Amino acid sequence: MSFVEVEDIWQAYGDRSIIERVNVTFDEGEFISIVGASGCGKSTFLRLLLAQERPTRGKITIDGGAPAVEPNQERGVVFQKYSVFPHLSVRENIIAGTGFATRFGYLTGSARRKAREAADEMLERIGLNHVADQYPASLSGGMQQRLAIGQAMAAKPRVLLLDEPFGALDPGTRLQMHDFLLELRDETNMTVFMVTHDLDEGFKLGNRVLVFDKPRWDPHDPGLYGATITYDFDASTNGIPFQDILDRYPSLAEQTQLAAE
Amino acid sequence: MRLINQIPSRPSAIMLATIPFFLLLIAYVVGSEIRLAANPQDKLLPALNTIGSTAQRLFFEPDRRSNEILLWKDTFASLIRLSMGVGISALISLILGMVIGLLPIARSSLSSFVSILSMVPPLALLPILFIIFGLGELSKVVLIIIGITPFMTRDLSQRVLDIPTEQLIKAQTIGASSLVIALRVALPQILPRLIANVRLSLGSAWLFLIAAEAVASNVGLGYRIFLVRRYLAMDVILTYVIWITVLAFAVDWVLKTISRKAFPWMEAGL
Repeated sequence: MSFVEVEDIWQAYGDRSIIERVNVTFDEGEFISIVGASGCGKSTFLRLLLAQERPTRGKITIDGGAPAVEPNQERGVVFQKYSVFPHLSVRENIIAGTGFATRFGYLTGSARRKAREAADEMLERIGLNHVADQYPASLSGGMQQRLAIGQAMAAKPRVLLLDEPFGALDPGTRLQMHDFLLELRDETNMTVFMVTHDLDEGFKLGNRVLVFDKPRWDPHDPGLYGATITYDFDASTNGIPFQDILDRYPSLAEQTQLAAE
Repeated sequence: MRLINQIPSRPSAIMLATIPFFLLLIAYVVGSEIRLAANPQDKLLPALNTIGSTAQRLFFEPDRRSNEILLWKDTFASLIRLSMGVGISALISLILGMVIGLLPIARSSLSSFVSILSMVPPLALLPILFIIFGLGELSKVVLIIIGITPFMTRDLSQRVLDIPTEQLIKAQTIGASSLVIALRVALPQILPRLIANVRLSLGSAWLFLIAAEAVASNVGLGYRIFLVRRYLAMDVILTYVIWITVLAFAVDWVLKTISRKAFPWMEAGL
């Protein structure tokens, strides 16, 4: 039984098909990069995973549960921008990750103290403890995205969805964020979906890379067919396949030796 | 250097700011001199020292008949009406604006109603208000409310709609209910806008207040101005007009200061 199951997803807006015939399953702890040209439905796919939209056909389930009808706590999300609350301080933003799930959105007494400690721990981990009392607007783009990731993690989602999280960052900050995300991935074993334009980024971070494209094209009616997953790469060894084939099938080693002789 | 790139230094900026006031004052003094030279009994443009002595009398000397200082009584009555009208409008428009902005169901049923309502000229409703609510305080407060609530509601609901969808989605993914999103995401971001809105609507609120007081009242700043108009007492009218301007400026300044102190996150990016 796979962790996330995507079953025959179609999504159309009116007559325009965006994605079609998507059948795919994911295991827990996978880091999936989703790449593709602009307008090929990768962001739509992410919105479907997020349950921000309901598919026209098919269903998506997490851990065998019922398909979600609206965004919920199982799914954490980080967008390219606007993912943090500008009116809350950095620490309050992290506390919101647990506090917003209460009746009125406020934690009191010991729950608040505990959330505060957890928030400070999280800030330490994402390297923002020195700006805990500042407001997000005074942080750099990279720091804001780290905060957004920290906030999403504080709510302990089952899957984390990243929609071009580093799209608006400069190349240097991007590299730092890659290291940060790789560390986080090793520590938490969280299932992550990341939409990106950048192929290198996709292969560097993901251990699986999905490519969305339109395999069918009607020149008279370009909106008729949608995109689907055209490639599903194993990127676990830096994107170069068969690197560990000898470890997996030791019997092949003898044959390669024979062939070499 | 291009004109659009010429930025005045601080001292010259202050000087530039005082120039229009100064010019107005000079124009008034010159006009007043000319008219008084022709006719010393002229009441239309009283001399500055006449206005000064009248102001002193109005502010500090009690009325001979009632033994009360009328200006303060008028000020008090008008400010109570104004603050009640604006306060109630702010509350109504905040609640309606949040509901319309956040809930698609409410948006479908209310938003066109509110925009049509804001087209009704409030002063045309004044007779109706007098008939329904009588000539007392209530009709004046209600006029202010009817006058400014619809457009404040429209603006606030638009501001709620302007909150990026990303934030609302994010709040949902960390488990926030509709109530929590309203209280902790929308409300704090809309409050500074509410204050800005109140500042903008104060001008119209004064207009409606003075109109209502002029038509039917026995105390109030607008009532007094329209009363002494019969005696062509320009010195009293001008004193009251300047006093109303000072009051309006002071209220605006207080609101601006509150907004700056209460919402530090607004300026964090600057």
